[in-house]
Amino acid sequence: MNISNIKEEFPIFNNKIQNNDLVYLDSANSAQKPQVVIDRVYDFYSKEFSNVGRSVHYLAVAATNLYENTRSSVQKYINAKDKNEIVFTKGATEAINLVANTFGQKYLNKGDEVLITELEHHSNYVPWHFLRKSKKINIEFAEVNEDGEVTLQSIEKKINNKTKIIGITHLSNVTGAILPVKEIVSLAHSKGIPVLVDGCQGAPHLKLDMQDLDCDFYAISGHKMYGPTGIGILYAKKKWLEDLPPYQGGGGMIKEVKKQGISFGDLPNKYEAGTMATAQVIAFNESIKFLEKIGIENIQNHEKVIVDYAVETLKKNNSVELIANPKNRGGVISFTIKDIHPHDIATILDEDGVAIRAGHHCCQILHDKLGVPATARASIGVYNTKEDIDKLNSSINKCKKIFNL
Amino acid sequence: MNTKELYQQIILDHGKNPRNLRKTENFNKDAKGYNPLCGDKVHIYLKLNENKKVEDISFEGQGCAISMASASIMTDLIKGKEEFEVKEIVNDFLDMIKEKDKLNNNILGEDDKTKLMCLSGIKQYPMRVKCATLSWHTLTSAINNFKEEINTEDN
Repeated sequence: MNISNIKEEFPIFNNKIQNNDLVYLDSANSAQKPQVVIDRVYDFYSKEFSNVGRSVHYLAVAATNLYENTRSSVQKYINAKDKNEIVFTKGATEAINLVANTFGQKYLNKGDEVLITELEHHSNYVPWHFLRKSKKINIEFAEVNEDGEVTLQSIEKKINNKTKIIGITHLSNVTGAILPVKEIVSLAHSKGIPVLVDGCQGAPHLKLDMQDLDCDFYAISGHKMYGPTGIGILYAKKKWLEDLPPYQGGGGMIKEVKKQGISFGDLPNKYEAGTMATAQVIAFNESIKFLEKIGIENIQNHEKVIVDYAVETLKKNNSVELIANPKNRGGVISFTIKDIHPHDIATILDEDGVAIRAGHHCCQILHDKLGVPATARASIGVYNTKEDIDKLNSSINKCKKIFNL
Repeated sequence: MNTKELYQQIILDHGKNPRNLRKTENFNKDAKGYNPLCGDKVHIYLKLNENKKVEDISFEGQGCAISMASASIMTDLIKGKEEFEVKEIVNDFLDMIKEKDKLNNNILGEDDKTKLMCLSGIKQYPMRVKCATLSWHTLTSAINNFKEEINTEDN
């Protein structure tokens, strides 16, 4: 599959958005869907639908196989050791909540510390915050530097003998910084501390190898990987999934239920209570195949060209200020324009069909640190081109004109 | 309506140089407003005299051109009004932003009404309506003496 005309695979680009061609620069928020993924949802519901893992009729068996096929595809895609290390969730948020809840229940006590970073999305802070109240734990924040990075040293500085788990983003959804995850995991493990990686932004854009990365937990969002909404993945080392208590109780996750007591199911059922997002999980297999067909190396190379071009273009545009300058940057560029609030920028860009995000991007801790309440953010997906960046730049110039800058 | 028409000169002017952006000395009513979606914040200070007339009104905060202009224009034309008049103006403005195409109160003069109507274009941008209404909801809360922070997501 050729990346240069990949837009053709995404039907949304065939439509005019308020009479404009769509320039979609909001993939860090959610990515657009290729036709194969959309078709798979439709086909499954039209021809193959049944619940999985319960009934013995033909459709139930077929649906169960399809559902488990996605688990195998994900395992291969992220190079996990065991298929049962893949747990389906409703999103990355639920994946992180699952870890915070079960790990917290079993291993965190009064005075223990959870170490996260100032870059974290609210979804890798708020779940830990609940434990402040219920378990009286403390949360420490590794500092972000001037370039918008969190270094190995800034993590090391905050580790002490009370640190019980470390939660870090793989790729910041505001500064674009790619964290040295492998080095951080290695350092943490040398001190006996497990590491959870928020892979929401990493998974769609970087080559993933769980065995090489060696992290204990890795949370993935399906809809940011060109997949359906309502599906996420928790990768966790088998030893943790066997060791930690179940998260939600209900059908599907039990072995035996008696009035006197309950025993829980084996992996992966233990963590998949209730009817799961079956169609979405099955369609997500098409997202993985789609990414594999293009090739993650090709995606990385293409996105690097576009992001470098965007940085270069916006740096040349006076009155645009980039809010971070990480050495190792993924496809996220946040910026401000002096005297124009990001929401005004986003409204004016939208008029030209240029879709960006404005606000704090669910990272208020980081924005407090940066000293701005909001930023404008352009984020890159596999379908973006240099022409998209040129359109972004010319719409930014229109903002300046409207605001008499 | 396009963005060039939305961001007309009066909005840009009030957005860039907001009137009454300060803290009233000896204020006797105040309230804070917050829009969690965009991080806009406003703190309204009021000084009502013994006859329940607005002796002074001011605000502190940060936000987009629409929210700053809205707070600036609002504070400008609320000053000197009586409490019951303030309530009527606020309700009239919020009705206009929601559905009506003009202001119906008999308190404001035509010039003031024209200023306020400059904000009416925001109706075409549903995601931005809260930018224009945050300071008005916060003013209501200050008048009613609610101490809790107004959150646009509760409305």
